[in-house]
Amino acid sequence: MSPALETVGLHRNFGALIVANDINFRLDTGARHALIGPNGAGKTTFINLITGALAPSAGRIMLGGEDITGLPQAARVGRGLGRTFQINALFKGLSVLENVSLAVGERMGIGGDLLRLVGSHRAVLERAYALLERLRIADDALVPVRELPYGKQRLVEIAISLGLQPTVLLLDEPAAGVPSAESVIILDVIEQLPRDIAVLIIEHDMELVFRFAHQITVLVQGSILMEGTPAEIAADARVREVYLGERRHG
Amino acid sequence: MASDRPVWASLIALFKQRAPADVSVVETLVRRHRLRAVELLPWILTVVAYYLFSDYLALGSQILIMILFALSLDLVLGYAGIVTLGHSAFFGVGAYAAGIYAARICGEPLSGLMVGATAAALVGWTSGLVILRTQGFTLLMLTLAVTALLAEAANKASFITGGADGLQGVDIAPIFGWFRFDMFGRVGYLYCLAVLFLCWLFARRLVHSPFGRSLIGIRENTARMHAIGSPVRRRLLTVYTISAALAGVAGALLAQTTQFVGLTVLGFQRSGEIVIMLVFGGVGRLYGAFVGASLYMIAQDQIAKLEPEFWNFWIGLLLVVLVMFARGGVLGLVDRVLSLARRKP
Repeated sequence: MSPALETVGLHRNFGALIVANDINFRLDTGARHALIGPNGAGKTTFINLITGALAPSAGRIMLGGEDITGLPQAARVGRGLGRTFQINALFKGLSVLENVSLAVGERMGIGGDLLRLVGSHRAVLERAYALLERLRIADDALVPVRELPYGKQRLVEIAISLGLQPTVLLLDEPAAGVPSAESVIILDVIEQLPRDIAVLIIEHDMELVFRFAHQITVLVQGSILMEGTPAEIAADARVREVYLGERRHG
Repeated sequence: MASDRPVWASLIALFKQRAPADVSVVETLVRRHRLRAVELLPWILTVVAYYLFSDYLALGSQILIMILFALSLDLVLGYAGIVTLGHSAFFGVGAYAAGIYAARICGEPLSGLMVGATAAALVGWTSGLVILRTQGFTLLMLTLAVTALLAEAANKASFITGGADGLQGVDIAPIFGWFRFDMFGRVGYLYCLAVLFLCWLFARRLVHSPFGRSLIGIRENTARMHAIGSPVRRRLLTVYTISAALAGVAGALLAQTTQFVGLTVLGFQRSGEIVIMLVFGGVGRLYGAFVGASLYMIAQDQIAKLEPEFWNFWIGLLLVVLVMFARGGVLGLVDRVLSLARRKP
């Protein structure tokens, strides 16, 4: 069986600057996989290459065994590729329910309907609301997103991506900027994600990574340094050097 | 008790959305999109105006036309967030197409409207293909460029447009072969009103449809719309074309009711003016067009009488004050007053 997501020789450079160097990466079906690395290692660039926000200079991207390298962003989403953003990318003036409904509506193919009222697609709204209940933000369903505290906005960020019913979900630092008291809630949500979704999480918080991931990939300067189980990663001298070394210098 | 309430409180109650007592959250959202009683207010006013100001029906028609024009602009500027200063291109193309159609081919007005709408939609679609690939200032400059090109073309092609002298001989046949345009502008006013009403029905439906919501999504966060799989450029092109068609209808109405088309319909001034009207009333609210265009046109008419040479100054001053102290235009101001009043028990 082909992996949920695979990159083969994925490469991207801006002139002389190589931001993704021949990355061969594999995300299994239902995986809980973390991508770690120091600042500027190219983690978000890697996500942008996969989603199609950035075009690769070379290499291929396969989703469920199908080559999606040449597809535009929207088509990749339609094939089950969902992502969240490191910095909230929400529709701030709209309510929480409307934010998620937009995603659900696009996924169900009614986003372009201009002759019927929103309410005539009740299934979209019901499904979006069910998602809010699952993420325990249903109480704020009708509140404009901009009025929510940052932690809850992070949950909306995840809810939107789940509204796309992805088979592969890319979480770009889901707990970034959230006070630790609230980040527990986000962690719970991530741990309770449906098992059939393959999840790739980018995270700085090592505690979260080791709690969540079954497999870890370490990215340094655009290249994969190593890949392994959390125990293997924790024991590896090179990773320690990259990480702890960096940490010691602040 | 209702009798104890001051008049303003009852008025506010009329504008309020009913509180969701025992309905589900989804139902509450669905109801927000349904037609509310207060939305009929503009139509009551326009009908009342017909009887009350029967000497001003020519101005009334102009106002209705500008409302339709501003409404079309609101779809792209207010909802989709496409900042354009070239919307008169579509107004002008609609006016010329309907005018030339009446002068050279057939004076039947309804088919004339269709001709104006189609011509404007075509120009909107073609220019949109190029313009909507860009953003921000580039887009703004391109919209200006399209208008300038068309204005110059209309000026040069005087054999068909009449050039700087304007298009003469626009004779409009009676509507349905029955209602002749009269010199008091009664038929013209009601004709504009009916057309505006139908266009409003369509525009209202559109902004409250999933498509309309996705436009707001594009305005609020284009990158995220891409990321949820929305065909952003196609959506923008669709609304740009629809908006152009509506602006074309407005232009066609002007050509038919005044039986003349001059180069000013394509002018930069008209593009700027319509943006001012919309900002004045409130952007992205559908009814900003109604409030803004009426207030602007009436103010212009009144101030021009009092100060024939200086009226632009007062309009400018009013706009500066409004933009500085009431960001959402007149309707934004109304919103804020209402929400203040609502907070007090």
